[in-house]
Amino acid sequence: MNQSGLEHPKLERQPMEPRALKSIVLSGITIVCAITACIPLFSVLLMLVYRGGKRLSFQLFYTLPPGAFDGPGVGGFGNAIVGTAFMVGIAGLISVPFGILAAIYLAELDPHSKVSEIARFCAKTMTGLPSIIAGVFAYAVVVLVMGHYSAWAGGIALSLLMLPTVMLTAEEAIKMVPNPMREAAYGMGCTPSQSLTKVILPVAMPSIITGVVLAVARAAGETAPLLFTALFSESWLAPNNPTASLAVLIYNWSSSPYQNLIELAWAASLILVVLVFVLNIISRSIGGKTKL
Amino acid sequence: MADNEFLENADGKTLSKPPTPGDIFFDKSFRFLTRAFTWATILLLAFIVYKIGGEALPAFPDLGIKFLFTSTWDSSQNVYGLLPQIWGTLYSSFLALILGGFFGITIAIFITQDFLPYKIEIILKNIIELLAAIPSVVYGLWGIYVLIPLIRPFANFLHEYLGWIPFFSTRLSGLGLLPAALVLSIMILPTVAAISQDAFKAIPHKTKEAAFGMGTTRWEAILRVMLPAASGGIFGALVLGFGRALGETMALAMLVGSMPTVTLSILSPADTIAALLANTFPEAAVGLETSALMYAACVLLLITLIVNVAGAVIVAKATPGGDKR
Repeated sequence: MNQSGLEHPKLERQPMEPRALKSIVLSGITIVCAITACIPLFSVLLMLVYRGGKRLSFQLFYTLPPGAFDGPGVGGFGNAIVGTAFMVGIAGLISVPFGILAAIYLAELDPHSKVSEIARFCAKTMTGLPSIIAGVFAYAVVVLVMGHYSAWAGGIALSLLMLPTVMLTAEEAIKMVPNPMREAAYGMGCTPSQSLTKVILPVAMPSIITGVVLAVARAAGETAPLLFTALFSESWLAPNNPTASLAVLIYNWSSSPYQNLIELAWAASLILVVLVFVLNIISRSIGGKTKL
Repeated sequence: MADNEFLENADGKTLSKPPTPGDIFFDKSFRFLTRAFTWATILLLAFIVYKIGGEALPAFPDLGIKFLFTSTWDSSQNVYGLLPQIWGTLYSSFLALILGGFFGITIAIFITQDFLPYKIEIILKNIIELLAAIPSVVYGLWGIYVLIPLIRPFANFLHEYLGWIPFFSTRLSGLGLLPAALVLSIMILPTVAAISQDAFKAIPHKTKEAAFGMGTTRWEAILRVMLPAASGGIFGALVLGFGRALGETMALAMLVGSMPTVTLSILSPADTIAALLANTFPEAAVGLETSALMYAACVLLLITLIVNVAGAVIVAKATPGGDKR
């Protein structure tokens, strides 16, 4: 027991008193933890810039992957960039209309019905769906039926992962639209769908786009759903054939014995992370003040 | 609609009119469409479970329930067992949860308990969110070329001096549970931190004021008042983080070493269900092996569904409004 504390109780802070000391030490530990947690991000970014930046050039964007025995500095992954864009595009074309239309029903037309409750629950459950399961499902439904690996199968697998994000953020966005706007629209004699398409959706659009862009960013980096749906390819995009993507390229080449391919994997990672971060920043700036 | 008195009074200059049959048709079909897609969401999840279960079904008579308790995976002899993968999935996720959970909750406290000026709080929050934005395959690459060389001397030091503890009973030869669990903990940290923050923010301000009024120090208030009050939401955050770790594929497929062993040693290579699927599926022989993999996918799907539903229910119950995530 601290004697000075007992004899003349002071009102000012006593840093060496056990209770205060404990508080200070715990605060210190918390600060260290917070800084430690930031280290991986900076380490990843630093290594990407250092190892990927060395190999970065315009040639990467328009050349095909090198053969194993090509010398250092040869080749690129233009086909993987096109492939990623194509498959994410398909995924978006499927999941964005699907997600927004379902979100309209959930948020606006019948929010408290049994169907809505169950659908909301399903969407939430699907956010936790392991990405590899989306791949297995697309394999069973598309690849086995079509008989070959294809960009379509990859896009469908990705759309499964985008759907819940798009749907749940769109639902929140529509719910955030102030009620007087709805009332004004109905007061003007709008039918429910007129008020939706002409008033509510335009107001909610920035937040909906935020969700879509975040979903796109996530889909662009997904590897597991593409591993056995789109596979990989060394040639340019042909949607009915196996298709290259940045993410699968990084996975395939990460354990390659050839230095050239490992360097290209780092460069591809750099491009992928820059793309994902840019999309994140775009979504934040669109969302801006209306952010949920 | 000529008998509309408003139209007459406005000398035909008004734009207002009752909905035309076209409008009504559009309204009906639009509403039908949204309803159809809502149903489609439910059917989609059911179809995923049905389809994967259906593909796994042919394996069930051959492999039976003992599939879950045997450890050989040999496609040349058509012998399949999933025990090491189930163990590896649970064990690696558990290790990641200890580390990621501790850091996640600490950061949630740091952000919500008035330690920081507003601007730095926002920056820290964004950094943690960006951790979640980096694709897992990039973490895998980083793990192979940065993390493993970094921790290997330390890990082998642990083995040399503390090798008698079962957790350190093997050398870290490269790929293994430790680097996989480390990367996994980085990936679940943002989930845990975000949901825990919601749990802390949901506590009424008066609770903390009452604690301070009783003369507690900042940490006494946090540990004895805030943490118990937020415990339900934090527990849900941990369960959801665990669910995320269970389903994570690429970081594990690249780092865990894909060796089917049941081991306590965190320095040994292991295997997980998701990594098994990622590594084996593309080359699997059509027939029993593919069915066995579908069976494995089914097991993974069931485990993650149960954990995620449990987590969502706990969060929804504990944190009012926390079920928005």
